[in-house]
Amino acid sequence: MLRFLLVRFSLIFITLAVVSLAIFGVTEVLPGDVAEAILGKSRTPGALETLREQMGLDRPAWQRYVEWIFGVLQGDLGNSLVQDRPVTEILGSRLQNSLVLAVTAFLISVPSAILVGVWAGVRQGSNADHTVSVISLVAISLPEFVTGFILIVIFSSTLGWLPSSSLVMPGTSPLARPVILIMPIATMTAVLFGYVMRMTRANVIEALNTNYVRTAILKGLPRWQVIWRHAVPNAMLPTIAVISINVGWMLGGLIIVESVFAYPGLGLSLINAVNRRDLPMLQAISLLIAATYAISNLLADLAYAWLNPRIRISS
Amino acid sequence: MIQNTSAARSSFAQISKVINPLTSAFKTPAGRIGLPLVLLHVLLAAFGSFLAPYSPTDFSDATYVKPFTSAVDGAIPHILGTDQFGRDVFSRLLSGARSIILISGIGSILGVALGTAIGMTSGYLGGKADEIIMRIADGLMSFPSLLLALLVLSVSDSLVWLDGISSTFATRKESILVIGTMAIVHAPRVARVLRSATLTIKTQEYVDSARLRGESAYYIIFKEILPNALPVLAVEGSVRFSYAILLASSLGFLGLGVEPPSPDWGAMISDSRSILTRAPWVPLAPAAAVASLVVGVNLLTEGIRDAQKLPTELPE
Repeated sequence: MLRFLLVRFSLIFITLAVVSLAIFGVTEVLPGDVAEAILGKSRTPGALETLREQMGLDRPAWQRYVEWIFGVLQGDLGNSLVQDRPVTEILGSRLQNSLVLAVTAFLISVPSAILVGVWAGVRQGSNADHTVSVISLVAISLPEFVTGFILIVIFSSTLGWLPSSSLVMPGTSPLARPVILIMPIATMTAVLFGYVMRMTRANVIEALNTNYVRTAILKGLPRWQVIWRHAVPNAMLPTIAVISINVGWMLGGLIIVESVFAYPGLGLSLINAVNRRDLPMLQAISLLIAATYAISNLLADLAYAWLNPRIRISS
Repeated sequence: MIQNTSAARSSFAQISKVINPLTSAFKTPAGRIGLPLVLLHVLLAAFGSFLAPYSPTDFSDATYVKPFTSAVDGAIPHILGTDQFGRDVFSRLLSGARSIILISGIGSILGVALGTAIGMTSGYLGGKADEIIMRIADGLMSFPSLLLALLVLSVSDSLVWLDGISSTFATRKESILVIGTMAIVHAPRVARVLRSATLTIKTQEYVDSARLRGESAYYIIFKEILPNALPVLAVEGSVRFSYAILLASSLGFLGLGVEPPSPDWGAMISDSRSILTRAPWVPLAPAAAVASLVVGVNLLTEGIRDAQKLPTELPE
């Protein structure tokens, strides 16, 4: 187990090193001249020169990369080009807002999806199972912006029950006005629920067809015990893998959901940074998202190892 | 002459092998809905411009026309109404179908081809090479695809070397970047699946006998392993297509990757934000279009999977 942990921890550093290289490569090396990329088509020679100097573009790329990484390791993500403030200062509250959204959606969708997945799986082929399967298929097929817009059309412009945009006053927490969180959370929940529920259902069906479940039934265990003590724990392993993969998917979804509802989180900052070519901001948010993804993958791996005696005991 | 017919027969056999997962998928309940739905979309994308009653981009005075009504008596009715600029929503929808299906289609074909080549090579070689290739694939997969697309698009202005390529294909730089991103994000995921399929097929007796016959690695990969991996490949292609559509339409929604006047389903939805109360049909039409396309592709995936008795795969 210790060996497993060490291997996984060192892998996370390798992954982040590769990811940081990729971010730097795409944003600084690929365009050739970053100053030109930032200023876009509206550049003047004077502005170009000033920005180049300001960003230290006269030095080679590898030198800038090393400086950037050392800064990041010390918690210095550079200054936003648009707001002229340290990126960390701006992103702190944004990160919090995003986490509120993501964590709540996760806590709602995963347990309910597992429950419904088990419920549908043990009723394979029934009408209830078909209905749930169709609903979940539609849920995973709808892009977040479509789900969000349908919710807005129904609950905001038609019924007028909920606000169509989820603006948060600077310096306040979104939790102060929970009503603005309902539609963004519902949108995020839909996709995650669909994936986790489908995976749970498929794995429960598979587990119910195994010999150990048949043995459990034949030795006269009550049905709930067969399901929850024998089938479900085994069905959970692949489901956890899906959940961990979905965290990455969720982070992508966050970008869309935050734009749909104008919710001030990391995703909205990212879109603003892309539109205004705020490079330090862009790099910082990308790195933050990639790091979150890597860490959640690690957590999922640990949960997987903890649940799986073959890994827990063997090493 | 004889050679010709046998060549024709073998190419026919090749084609039917590719078509086979689709026809057998049609025999499953999910495929029976999914396949026609996808075909309908593809046909509308290909021939929709002949059906479009109005120009997809021209402004007109007939703004906010309700669905199924005409702006003036005797004119062709606007089946799906018009938007705030008087543009016919139905015509815009048809035009948008072409761009999204072309971009997602090419992007996923490239990604699947690249991923298949990498995955089969990796699985066939095995050992250290396999381990290194798969580690790199894992690293690439830890980067959310939307994020990569956003990063690439944010520097598109300065990618001067792309100007030549985009003018050769008479398209925009952004489209090429989106297609390229799709290929790069899909390749490692396809490679994973194809690698494990190759590892299974590699141990079959017919592969051993081909090796004992002294066939080349090229022959074994393309003539023995690839045809047997086709069902897996069909599922992967279908799965990748659905993710490509989600990515392309999401980028359109975010206002990236498409030129403002040109019709794009995602952009049509985000542009209708301010007129939601007045004209809800403007966003609902593209929303239904993208939803039905992705539902169709996902049903098709499920149909192929059921028909080939393949297990449910992990998403993304």
